Amino acid sequence: MKLTKIVSALMLAGLLAACTPDNVKEGDAADTDQQTENNNADGIQTGGLDQEGMQGGTALEGALVSYEKGAINDANNVLAEKVIYFDFDSDQISADYQELIAHHGKYLAANPDMSVRLEGHADERGSREYNVALAHRRAQSVRRLVLFQGVNAEQVSIISYGEEKPVVLGHDDESWRLNRRVELVYEAR
Amino acid sequence: MRSDLINYLNRQKNFNKVIAPMITAAIPPATPLIMLGLKRLGLRAILLLTLLFSLPAAQAALLVEITKGADGAVPIAVVPFELSGNTASLPNVSDIIAADLKRSGKFSPIEKNKLIATPKDLEEVNYKLWRIAGIDHLVIGKLKVIKPNQYEVSFRLVDVFKGVQLLGQQFFANDSNLRAISHRISDLIYEEITGQKGAFNTHIAYVTAVRKQGVQPSYKLQVADTDGFNSITILNSSQPIMSPSWSPDGSKLAYVSFEKRKAEIYIQNIFSQQRNKITSFSGINGAPVWSPDGEKLALTLSKKGNPDIYILTLADKKLRQVTKHWGIDTEPSWTPDGSEIVFISSRTGKPQIYRVSANGGSAKRLTFEGVYNTSPEVSADGRTLVFVQGEGNVFKIASMDLQSGFVQVLTDGPLDESPSFSPNGSMILYASTDKFKGVLAAVSTDGRFKQKLVLSEGDVREPTWGPFRK
Repeated sequence: MKLTKIVSALMLAGLLAACTPDNVKEGDAADTDQQTENNNADGIQTGGLDQEGMQGGTALEGALVSYEKGAINDANNVLAEKVIYFDFDSDQISADYQELIAHHGKYLAANPDMSVRLEGHADERGSREYNVALAHRRAQSVRRLVLFQGVNAEQVSIISYGEEKPVVLGHDDESWRLNRRVELVYEAR
Repeated sequence: MRSDLINYLNRQKNFNKVIAPMITAAIPPATPLIMLGLKRLGLRAILLLTLLFSLPAAQAALLVEITKGADGAVPIAVVPFELSGNTASLPNVSDIIAADLKRSGKFSPIEKNKLIATPKDLEEVNYKLWRIAGIDHLVIGKLKVIKPNQYEVSFRLVDVFKGVQLLGQQFFANDSNLRAISHRISDLIYEEITGQKGAFNTHIAYVTAVRKQGVQPSYKLQVADTDGFNSITILNSSQPIMSPSWSPDGSKLAYVSFEKRKAEIYIQNIFSQQRNKITSFSGINGAPVWSPDGEKLALTLSKKGNPDIYILTLADKKLRQVTKHWGIDTEPSWTPDGSEIVFISSRTGKPQIYRVSANGGSAKRLTFEGVYNTSPEVSADGRTLVFVQGEGNVFKIASMDLQSGFVQVLTDGPLDESPSFSPNGSMILYASTDKFKGVLAAVSTDGRFKQKLVLSEGDVREPTWGPFRK
């Protein structure tokens, strides 16, 4: 199948803006990207248009859908969005993100030599150990949806940092919203 | 001549001499830390300890600020000690004692410049004068340099109304233990007057985090004296450190470290620095808490998928599951007899506090007031539960009488967490915020007296008060 580009730059820009750069783990992300690029040569995978991706009013609308190996590094690809956000004290995945997670699941199913580390986080409110447990369950919720796409369980690992690694150091609703998250960190296996 | 002889006899009569045991010449004179807390440790530990605690003139990493004074504090005069020899570089023993007593909330030491007299010896005390001034108790003493790094400290506690000496002791000290001996004197005074054991000569542990946008974060596990002095770094990492817990003998800390990009539980000796990895299961390895007998750790694992409470026997690494529920179960804490575990669970939605037999079985819910109750710790006498109560975005320290179920909110929030009892149960140390900076704070168990301990740089959190030194 050929790649189908449906570019909606504005939508995507909004999406990326929501994904504030994570200075805390910048080093990691850079390493991962490097590895992935180096591995681009082997195992070319085909991508395809995801019908669901074209429906509904989510931010994913209009983004490129492809499960090629390098797709996770393509800023125009739906897979560029690697952060799932949550409500306070909740591990429920909102309908908006179910579709995004499905794309990641399909990518992993199509690229069995890739693995993803799901890093769970919480905002600063509440007890630290409870937040570790809560963020662990957030990562587990994401994992379940990823595995639903037929991904090998060994491709998906979980780590929970609780509230210990906020991406924004503020103490307001917006900072808390951005800190309640699961980050998908890809690695070549 | 005659009065000298009487003085001499008085001294013999009134002082209970406390003399450090002599150790071979290669080792610095024994410190009270060793005398009081480390009898069972080997020679190597003593050397290391001396090294650790003889760092250049103690700096307070934490600044103590009393934020709410208690009414009815006992007025006491701590007279500046008589100094002989070159004491310029030495810590001010009488200032340390006065600050300790003030921090307890149970005493109000009068300011130095308001002292009506400065007696150095018992016979110089004009009882009538002090009675008129409304002072109940008087502390006088001396610090004498015998030779470099060898000092003699003596003090007397006087009951002004009865006109008698209540306590009189003499200690030998050196540079590495003079502060500890000062705290020891505070402990003796506190116990004599209140009837409750003092907890000044103990340690606190806490985690600091320095995080700035764009800079590698720095997390440290630290141990310090209760007045914030003599802080030492137990572990320094670019990855988070969490949940320190003291061994009952005060020699070790169990904690969670993410240094290997996963949660793992370690135990580290704070004197020898020797450390061992205890658990590294898949998923959560969290909330380690030492059992009262020192033989087990209660902890949270998610190796079966969901966070549950387990008990690990340290000697044989045997693991036993205590709770089994689809909700989040975490933050275990032992009852003082070791028979039960108090923990939090989200089994009814938001986290609430439960208790369960250490052998497992059905759990009994303890908290019904408040929507979000976490971080339980049971007092050493088993009567009081301290915990964090959350409502909306405000989290406060609260206590519950375990017999009556009566709940008292002790602090104002908005983001107070990690409460920990002092070993004598008189104070609760907790993490708070000051203009969004993480600080340590303490509140008396009755909520009447509060203080703040501010770290010079970065956030400080997860304080835990160490046990009495043996």
